[in-house]
Amino acid sequence: MALKPNSSGCPKNTGLRTLVATKSLRETDQCSTEYPQSPADSALFLFNPKEKMSSQKFESFSLSSGLQVVVESMSGVESAALTLMIPAGSVLDRPGKSGTAAILSEMFPRGAGQLSARELSAAMDNLGLQRSVSGGVGYMTLSAATTADRIAEAIPLIASLITAPHLDEEQFGPSRELVQQALSAIEDEPRQRLGQFLRRCSYSPPWGNPAEGSLVDVPEITLQDVQQHYSSFICPNHAVIGVAGNVIAAELQDAVAAAFDGWIPKDVTVPDTGDVEASPKHVEHDSAQTHIGLAWETVPYRHERYFEAWAAVSLLSGGMSSRLFTEVREKRGLCYAISASINTQKDQARVFGYAGTTNERAQETLDVMVAEIRRLHEGITEDELQRCKARAKSTLIMQQESTMSRSSSLARDTLHLGRVLGLQEIRSRIDSLTVDQVRDFALEYAPNSMVLVTIGPDALGASCLKAAVPAV
Amino acid sequence: MQFHQHTLPNGLQVIAELNPAVHSVAAGFFVRTGARDETKGVSGVSHFLEHMAFKGDNRISADDVNRIFDEVGANYNASTGEEVTMYYAAVLPEYLDTTMELLSVLMQPSLGQEDFDMEKNVILEEIGMYDDHPSFTAYDTIMATHFADHPLGQSILGTKESIVALTSEQMQTYHASRYKAGNMTLVVAGNTDFDSLLALVEKHCGSIPAGQCDRDLPESIPKPALRLVTKESSVQQHIMQMGAAPKGTDELRYAAELLSVVVGDDSGSRLFWELVDPGHVDSAEVGYNEYDGAGTWMSYLGCQPDRVEENIAVMTRVFEDVNENGILQEELEQAKNKVASRIVLRGERPMGRLSSLGGNWVYRKEYKSVADDLKIVRGLSLADIDALLNQYPIRMSTTVGVGPRDQLDLG
Repeated sequence: MALKPNSSGCPKNTGLRTLVATKSLRETDQCSTEYPQSPADSALFLFNPKEKMSSQKFESFSLSSGLQVVVESMSGVESAALTLMIPAGSVLDRPGKSGTAAILSEMFPRGAGQLSARELSAAMDNLGLQRSVSGGVGYMTLSAATTADRIAEAIPLIASLITAPHLDEEQFGPSRELVQQALSAIEDEPRQRLGQFLRRCSYSPPWGNPAEGSLVDVPEITLQDVQQHYSSFICPNHAVIGVAGNVIAAELQDAVAAAFDGWIPKDVTVPDTGDVEASPKHVEHDSAQTHIGLAWETVPYRHERYFEAWAAVSLLSGGMSSRLFTEVREKRGLCYAISASINTQKDQARVFGYAGTTNERAQETLDVMVAEIRRLHEGITEDELQRCKARAKSTLIMQQESTMSRSSSLARDTLHLGRVLGLQEIRSRIDSLTVDQVRDFALEYAPNSMVLVTIGPDALGASCLKAAVPAV
Repeated sequence: MQFHQHTLPNGLQVIAELNPAVHSVAAGFFVRTGARDETKGVSGVSHFLEHMAFKGDNRISADDVNRIFDEVGANYNASTGEEVTMYYAAVLPEYLDTTMELLSVLMQPSLGQEDFDMEKNVILEEIGMYDDHPSFTAYDTIMATHFADHPLGQSILGTKESIVALTSEQMQTYHASRYKAGNMTLVVAGNTDFDSLLALVEKHCGSIPAGQCDRDLPESIPKPALRLVTKESSVQQHIMQMGAAPKGTDELRYAAELLSVVVGDDSGSRLFWELVDPGHVDSAEVGYNEYDGAGTWMSYLGCQPDRVEENIAVMTRVFEDVNENGILQEELEQAKNKVASRIVLRGERPMGRLSSLGGNWVYRKEYKSVADDLKIVRGLSLADIDALLNQYPIRMSTTVGVGPRDQLDLG
C-alpha cells in the first residue's frame, strides 16, 4: 500500500498516513523475497563501469563482553542507523507465559538509568532519533536512526535502554495492558491471525510461539516473569550491533565500548521443543474473504543452498511476472493479494504462502496455488531466472540508499552466518545460479507435505494437498 | 542536487531533481485525477483504471508490462487516492529508457474488454480485502460522512455494486476526459542528467493527447455527524474522528503538520502519554491531511468497546487543552527535531523524494528541496501554531465507529 503523497514537508511516522487511503495495484509490503537478504557492493553490480560509485567499507570489532559490532561506512548519505539484535524473543517465553518477551520489549523504553520514560523519550526525540523496539520470535530488535552527526550522542541513550531499563511495577501494568490491546486488535485482522496460526502449525514450540503473545497467557504474566526474562536472556555474548551510514568505525568504537560497558554475559539455553500443532486447520471467522495460508519446508539462510531456495520462491512470487501472480491473479482473477516468501530462523526455514479471496472462489484459489507449487520444477526458463536475478541485484543496489536497511542486514547476517556476506560472493552466487540448479532444488525440496491454515466462514477441501510428489 | 523543469508541446509538465550521489532513479506520472473527479454512476473507476493501465496497449501486452518491469529489476507500483493517481518505477539509471517507455504505455492503455472483465474480479477481491480491515472501513465511512455532498466524500474503491455495473465504455470515456497531458506531471528524482531525460520524454510521451482538465472545488461545510458501522464479531472498537483543517494551499499547513506531531504522533506525543502509554488504547493518533481546497484533522482510536466514551473524552480534553493553551516551546523544538530527521532520512532515497516533489508540484506548482523543507520546519514558531489554532482548532465534528457498539454516548 503506497502512501498518499504528503507534500507539505513534515512527514509523520504514524499509521494514520497509511489510512489516508490510496489503493494500489499490488500490496508492496507483501512483495516477497526481493533479494537474498544480504549486503551488496554497488560497484560490483554496476552495468556501467564508468559511473562513480562508492564501494562498501565494513569494519567489525567485539567488546570483551562478547558483543559484536559491525560498521559500514556509506557515502552519499547524511544519516546513520543502528540495529541491535539480541536472541531473546518469544522463543524463550515459558510455557503458559506467552507474551513475556512482548511485554519486556514494551517496557524497555519506559525509563532507563537516571531518566524517566518521558525524559528518555524527550532526549531521544531531541536527537531526532527514530526508533522502535520489537520483540520477535527469535530476536529482540532495537532499531534507531538519525542524522549521522548525532548518532554518537544517541548511543549512550540506546545502550541505557537495554542495559539499565527500570522494569518497575509502575510501568508493568500499562505495558501488559498495551500488549493485551494489541492482541485484541489482531483478533480483528484475520490475515494477521492467519500468520500466527500458520507459524504454530509449521514450527514446533517454542519456535512456533507467536511474537505478540497469547490472549490467554498475558493476564497470567507477572513483573517477576518479565524481570526474569530480562536477567536470564538479555545479554551481550550473542548479541550484535550493526551501524550503517555516514560514520567512521574507529570514531564509534569508543562510544559503543563505553556505553555498553558493564553489560554482563550469561549462559542461555533454548528450551526443548514440543509438538507442532495439527493441520489442516480452519478457524471460523465472520470475514468477507477466506484467508489461505500454506507452508512447507525449505532451507535456512545459512544453508549452502539458500540462494537456490530463494530463486525457487522468486519464480513463484518474485514480481508481477512470477507464477503465482500470473496464474492465480492475472489469468483467473481469483484474488488481489497473493504471495510466497521464505521465513528463516537460524536452523530451519519455511516458505509461507498467502492468498486472500472471496469465499466462493477460495477452493479454486487453493487448488491453483497448490498446483503451481507442485509444478514449480517444470519448465523453468532462462528468462524467468534472469528476471529474478535482475530484481535481486537492483534491490541490493537500492538498499545502498537506505541506512536503516543496511544496518539491519549487517546485524542479521552476523547473527545468521557469523559474518557479513562478502559482496563479491553474493554477486557471484546470484550470477552463477543456473536453471538446472534451481530445478534440482525445486525437485529435491518439493513439499512432501504442506501445512494448510484457513480463516473464514467455511473450511476448504484439502484433497489437493495429497497430490503425488514428483520423483527426483 | 539540481532542479529542472520543462513543458512538452502537448502540455505534459516534467520536473526533475537530479542527484549524481544516489544509485537509482525514480520516475512517476502524477495524474491529477481520483475518486473526487468521478461522475455519478462510475464510482471506483479511477482505481479500476489504475489497474487496467498495467494491461498495456496493442503493442505491449499485459504480460509484457509485467515481464519487462521485472527484467529491469524495477521497483514499481501505482496508487489511487481522492485527488491523484500515481504510477511509478524506481530503477538503476541504465534502465530509464525502458522504464519511460513502459510508464508512457500505462498512460495510454487500450482498455480491452477481456482484460476489463478479468480485472473486475481482482477489484472485487480488493474490496473484499478492505472489508476485513476495520480501520479501512472506518476511513471510507468517515470520508463519506464528513464530506457528504462534497466530491471528497466519494469512495476510492467504489462498491461491489458500482464495480459490477461499470462498463469498459464508461472507463474509456473517463480515461479520455482525465488522462490528458496537461493534467499530468512527470516527476523524476535521482541519478540521471536532464538532457538525456528530456530526449527520452520527448520520444515516449509526445503522443499523450494534449488538453487541460477542470476540477470543481466547492467549499466543504461538514455538519456534525455520528455514524456507527456495527460489526458484532469485532473484538475492538475502532473510532475515527474528523474536523476542518487548513487547505492544501494554505501556508498554515506547515504548522498543522508540526502540531499533529506534538499532539498525535505515534510516540512521545500528548495523545501517546495520555492514552497509549497507560495502556488505555491500542493506538491513538491524530494527523493532518491536505486536499485541493480542503483539509482535515483526522484522529484514530482503537480500544475495548466498553471504554470508548472515556477514551474519547480524554482525547477531546487533550485537543481542547491545546486549542485553549497552545503548546510549549520545548514540545515545538522536540517535534522539529523529529520531523527534520524524518525529512533527511526519507530524502535519501529517490523514491522518498518522488512523492514529496510530485505532491508539491501537483498541489502548488512549487519546488521545495530537502534544504527548503528543513528551513521551513526550523523557522516555525509558537506564534505560527497560535495562528493556526485560532483559525483551525483541533475540533472534531464527525465521528465514525466500527465494532460491536451500536450506540455511543458522546455527551
